[in-house]
Amino acid sequence: MAVLEVKNIGKHFDSTRVLDDVSFDLEEGNALAIIGSSGSGKTTLLRCLNFLEKPDHGSITVRGETLFDADHPVKGQERDLRTKRLHFGMVFQAFHLFPQYTALENVTLAEKLLAKEQPDFKQKKKQIFEEIEAHGKALLEQMGLAERMDHYPHQLSGGQQQRVAIARALALKPDILCFDEPTSALDPELTGEVLKVIRGLAKQRTTMIIVTHEMAFARDVADRIIFMDEGVIVEQGDPRQVIDHPKEERTRQFLTKY
Amino acid sequence: MFFSVTQALLDGLLTTFQIFIFTLLFSLPLGLILAFGEMSRWKLLRGLIQTLVWIIRGTPLMLQLIIIFYGPGLWLGQNIWSGSEAGRITATVVAFSINYACYFSVIFRGGIEGVPVGQREAGEVLGMTKSQIFFKVTLLQMVKRVVPPMSNEIITLVKDTSLARIIAAYELTFAGYSFMKSNGLTWPLFYTGVFYLLFVGILTLLFNYIERKLDYFR
Repeated sequence: MAVLEVKNIGKHFDSTRVLDDVSFDLEEGNALAIIGSSGSGKTTLLRCLNFLEKPDHGSITVRGETLFDADHPVKGQERDLRTKRLHFGMVFQAFHLFPQYTALENVTLAEKLLAKEQPDFKQKKKQIFEEIEAHGKALLEQMGLAERMDHYPHQLSGGQQQRVAIARALALKPDILCFDEPTSALDPELTGEVLKVIRGLAKQRTTMIIVTHEMAFARDVADRIIFMDEGVIVEQGDPRQVIDHPKEERTRQFLTKY
Repeated sequence: MFFSVTQALLDGLLTTFQIFIFTLLFSLPLGLILAFGEMSRWKLLRGLIQTLVWIIRGTPLMLQLIIIFYGPGLWLGQNIWSGSEAGRITATVVAFSINYACYFSVIFRGGIEGVPVGQREAGEVLGMTKSQIFFKVTLLQMVKRVVPPMSNEIITLVKDTSLARIIAAYELTFAGYSFMKSNGLTWPLFYTGVFYLLFVGILTLLFNYIERKLDYFR
């Protein structure tokens, strides 16, 4: 069964149609790449999945649980919305690390705040925090940042900052990890280290959606690929198939630019 | 003579200090409330606050002080402030608090809006509540942004307290001036200046300290 089922998502900003009837499934352990020119709706789609935007139409289902259905809106309590959000992790183009916290604190902050809501938090506070710190350290080590844990974001390079952001998103163990053009804000010589980390996650069968302009990377890493244009999915399928032998004229035209 | 001048200036300084402290105490929270009001979804509330800020920033503080001190007496037929020194200080604090809250609100709004939206969104996707995002993520970044402009305003406030002389509150400048009027002495005026310089000097050190404390992040 698919981890994620997205059905008929539509979204308008004022009179501009940004997403129209977008549907796709994502299997557990698969990586999905979304490509397309700027303004094609890729980022808005990710923002809808992370509840940063509210779709006008359609539904989002994770592991059989419908998190959002435009036809059956629920008056959401803040608590419910937060629980739903935690199915997804988000890595932003511009990192958005919290500048006043160290790399490790960035990774552990949300987990510590969530732990405070556990009923036995007061008795086990020390133990819980130690576990969270150990988990955060392990994640940063996995990102190759063992030496940088106590650095503040402004003391890190863009590539290091983005790797901290990936660790931060992984800390809450999301079902699906979303990347919004994770290397677009980086200098060319720094994209490699971030792509390598994402490649590593794909090897571990992390379920991911990656919006990217790195065609070679998408072709290599993704199990499936979606090409979007003007808010609709034009073509989807096996990445090699779509990138090397696109069926649609629009896909072909887009790919000639790379 | 030096001793009695010092004595009088210290008396004046106490009044100046009271006006300063109480104005800060009331105008800081009031300014934050106005800042939130100006960012509110309700157009009417936004409009009301914008009009208030326009009027208060658009007219002299001295004029506002005169209206607030003498107005009620003339309209109601009785002076709500009482003629005592305490009454004059209270009226001054009221006028100053309204005035400074308006200036602070603009600074606070700049500080809040200056924190990138991405910070809030990053908190949201990590499942934080609105209050957790405010207190754990945006507040300190906002404080860092508002310290330099706030230090300007607060230093201006120290010197604006001298306007209270217009309603005969016995503050520092009034105290120094009285020796010129009665004894023809000018040196107490310079001596008065030294009091202000020390006051502002201490504040400057304090603000520098706060800025240094917040210097560890960008």
